[in-house]
Amino acid sequence: MSSKINRETFIRSLVDLLRKAETELSDDVVNAIRKAEAREKSPVAKSQLQAILKNIEIAETHGVPMCQDTGILIFFVELGSEFHPGFDLEAAIREAAALATKEVPLRPNAVDPLTRRNSGDNTGKGIPDINWKLVPGKQLKITVAPKGAGSENMSALRMLNPTEVGSIKDFVLETVINAGGMPCPPLTLGVGIGGSFDKAARLAKEALLEPLDIPMSEFEKEILNAVNALGIGCMGLGGSTTALAVHVKTAHCHTASLPVAVNIQCWANRHASIVLGGDE
Amino acid sequence: MMEWHLKTPLSGEDVKKLEAGDIVYISGEILTARDEAHARILEFAENGEELPFSLEGAVIYHCGPLMQQTGEGKEGKPEWKVVSAGPTTSGRMSKMTPPLLEAHNVRAIIGKGGMKNVSEALKDKCVYLAYTGGCAALAAELIKEVKTVHWLDLGMPEAVWVLRVEEFGPLIVGIDSKGRDIFAEVREKAEKVFSEIKS
Repeated sequence: MSSKINRETFIRSLVDLLRKAETELSDDVVNAIRKAEAREKSPVAKSQLQAILKNIEIAETHGVPMCQDTGILIFFVELGSEFHPGFDLEAAIREAAALATKEVPLRPNAVDPLTRRNSGDNTGKGIPDINWKLVPGKQLKITVAPKGAGSENMSALRMLNPTEVGSIKDFVLETVINAGGMPCPPLTLGVGIGGSFDKAARLAKEALLEPLDIPMSEFEKEILNAVNALGIGCMGLGGSTTALAVHVKTAHCHTASLPVAVNIQCWANRHASIVLGGDE
Repeated sequence: MMEWHLKTPLSGEDVKKLEAGDIVYISGEILTARDEAHARILEFAENGEELPFSLEGAVIYHCGPLMQQTGEGKEGKPEWKVVSAGPTTSGRMSKMTPPLLEAHNVRAIIGKGGMKNVSEALKDKCVYLAYTGGCAALAAELIKEVKTVHWLDLGMPEAVWVLRVEEFGPLIVGIDSKGRDIFAEVREKAEKVFSEIKS
């Protein structure tokens, strides 16, 4: 019952959340990059990883976006069934995106897909992309994951035959080879398996939100080792770490289908969350 | 692996001595250009129109910077500050690069991720320099001045920003003017490994 929040405060917290996501990487990501730098043998790849670590430090210290591609803004909202904001949450999120574009600032990236006209404030038809999930409880959890185009453009989805479970790894490897240095490795790979055409892609994206320091399954490790054996390395210049982690998410699917989506994430695995309301 | 410190505008001689894998730092003027700017540069060339900027000995930076207007400036010309300005994916400009190099004596292209099928067009005249993708805050520190902007009607990321840089780098020579392409070599190796482990 005490789950009402103030609209202005809400928008302000979202702008702060966006600033945090764009300027600071979480410890699990930074630690994974540090480890990659420490074990890298190729001097070129090592120099690239060192530049990335220096860049992360400058961005955080100066409070500026770590990458000029501040992405399109993707929100994941977990709305408690007993949380009643008392205002239009979607409109408030859109307002926060436009405000953050001015204040952080963010690069205006949202364009009409056909005319290519830029809206100027990172909002538009269907943008920011807001994913709603109704959950039990009194809280509201919002995660923002800004996604750059370099890595998104290299992502892929394929409808495999149901008998091709053994080829899932090959599809991931093909996707990574085609991507080469373009998506700014070292990567995080989100693999969505099952569901439907669109569900697989959403699972892959959700997999990218997983922390990098959780233990991987045998299947995830097998894919990761194969990806790193390719030797593409940091920025595609050759080296021992092409990916930092592989996370797989599955859903049941039609007996005649095997959708597989590979969502590629660059080294700047940006996301931040806040939890509001409730007293659980 | 040599280290070079070059000043713009660059000559053919400047770039012919660079070899794939060398490290380069650039001082002087660089121009940002990505998808839309490339398309417009080619349109100008096709129509025989003169560009509002010179590409003679120029360094093109595949970059769509995040800029902030800081004031109205002199003579009503807005003043800009670079907030974040790392390289964008060069692969998208692969097809437009050979005709661009045909029309203009661009001497270096800075970007990330490499380019496909441009080695021939680069031969004896231009090099591709890789800057660490995503290192936009670091790059912004090496950009000392926003000299001017052209074609702002294309939008902030797609406009041509003329930037003064000091010791911009480290840049890795990814494709040299003799046809060596590190990205292609890495890809070839990756494909070989894949053919061995493929189920």
